[in-house]
Amino acid sequence: MSTAPEADVIALSSGRPLTEEEVQGLRRDFPMLQAEVNGHPLAYLDSGATSQRPLAVLDAEREFATTLNAAVHRGAHTLAAEATEVFEDARATVARFVGADEGEIVWTSNATEALNLIAYSISNASLGRGGSAAERFRLREGDEIVTTEMEHHANLIPWQELAARTGATLKVIPLDDDGALRLDAADEIIGERTRILAVTHVSNVLGVINPVEQLVASAHAVGALVVLDACQSAPHLPLDVRALDVDFAVISGHKMLGPTGIGALYGRRELLEAMPPFLTGGSMITTVTTTEAAYLPPPQRFEAGTQRVSQAVALAAAIDYLSGVGLARIAAHEAELGRRLVDGLTAIDGVRVLGAAIALPRVGLASFDVEGIHSHDVGQFLDDLGIAVRVGHHCAQPLHRRLGVTSSTRASTYLYTTRAEVDAVIDGVSGAIDFFRRGA
Amino acid sequence: MSDLQGLYQELILDHSRTPHGYGLRGEIAAQSHQVNPTCGDEVTLQVHRAGDGSIEAIAWEGHGCAISQASASLLAELAEGLTVDDLEVRIAAFREAMRSRGKIEPDEELLGDVAALGGVSRYVARVKCAMLAWVAVEDALHKA
Repeated sequence: MSTAPEADVIALSSGRPLTEEEVQGLRRDFPMLQAEVNGHPLAYLDSGATSQRPLAVLDAEREFATTLNAAVHRGAHTLAAEATEVFEDARATVARFVGADEGEIVWTSNATEALNLIAYSISNASLGRGGSAAERFRLREGDEIVTTEMEHHANLIPWQELAARTGATLKVIPLDDDGALRLDAADEIIGERTRILAVTHVSNVLGVINPVEQLVASAHAVGALVVLDACQSAPHLPLDVRALDVDFAVISGHKMLGPTGIGALYGRRELLEAMPPFLTGGSMITTVTTTEAAYLPPPQRFEAGTQRVSQAVALAAAIDYLSGVGLARIAAHEAELGRRLVDGLTAIDGVRVLGAAIALPRVGLASFDVEGIHSHDVGQFLDDLGIAVRVGHHCAQPLHRRLGVTSSTRASTYLYTTRAEVDAVIDGVSGAIDFFRRGA
Repeated sequence: MSDLQGLYQELILDHSRTPHGYGLRGEIAAQSHQVNPTCGDEVTLQVHRAGDGSIEAIAWEGHGCAISQASASLLAELAEGLTVDDLEVRIAAFREAMRSRGKIEPDEELLGDVAALGGVSRYVARVKCAMLAWVAVEDALHKA
């Protein structure tokens, strides 16, 4: 089996990989990484599910709560004004991080909510809400929404539901036997009827970085909007939504050293300006009568209710931390770990790394199937060694089904992951095979 | 015996490799399909009754981890020849042990080899695996 060509990895990540000393230095910032699990030092290889948080993030949240806590965008007292300022500063930090303007970033609870926000706004437009400005989003029977067989359920089910509500048809770009997106089929599927293309930047199961530019070009050529799931790319690679030319992108705070309960939607300004709201209520209006309401411009139009201020502030601290290390260097570190992981696992008899044969650059993540041993059992064995991995379908049942497995074991790295931890996973999988095949 | 060896006793690995009662039958029987949503594991289970209403056999198919497969196999072995009431008593006892977080050892006299699954109760995340077939048999009996 071939793995990603070296040249692609280097081109992708122009940074130098982190040295062992640098990684050890970073690890001291993460209290959770000092933990012991089942009598072993924790080897945390589940950052793809949720990352650990550095002290700077925890401190930022605490500092906000102890010195500035107040509701934002309401009230005229000093604290309210200061809280609003740091809240908006945090938005600007996210905007800079993804290459957008601050008015183009909407806070959400998580990436799932961000995707639902887009889908429900389009749904509301399809019901005639948002007036003539929102006409461009209206879906009708015959319109097509295109997604892929690779998606996390969060970037699939909202589109299934949107199609069901509007009469549009959902089309799915299939995968080839290796698990790669079939770009030949994508060319056939994306056509005059396509209104939306929703695709993930990096697969949360395969770790491959999809050739998004090509898909964006096809979608834009037919006037479709592109929604990018950047949950697994924003934490690990330099991300520039303008360079990628996507119309929407979603990110998740807790996968990028931030707290849970915060995510963000990027939307091109002119699109957000024309979209009707999803959640409605306080803080997103201008004038309200008992019969109707007029809405604020974006981003506030999409931020009904009391906002997650301390989480937003903490996410900004997480972004500052990541930027301090440098995303190019993080990407280079993880490309190296990802290769080590894939090569080491592939070399074990009976282990199949999903997507290992795809000739695309990847992040530091690998999911694998061990012949005759269920992922839960592999994960349990690793857990006994203090190694935390994800087992199951990773919210991507169609992808697993396509690759002929029900579930897999996933090891995912981050900037704080050491080479020794990657090797521990590889040795642990060998140990699991010996353990479960004993007496057989 | 380490915790892990206690969880995955030889008896459990043997049952997961050569399961008892595996293979659904064509005849009509009370049936249930259960899925563990966190991992996608599933079981389809039939309760076949003898003329006197007792359990003639449990037939099942499915895929999943060693714990879930062994548990279905052990259940099929245990249930054979029991009355429905007797099986329900055993389901309740098994559930109580599984939910006890290691505090209650399964009653070997009542549950026989099923008691080998006792180690599962200390692993909260795995209790669902062990319970999958038992939830299915309960559901099938209620439907009957």
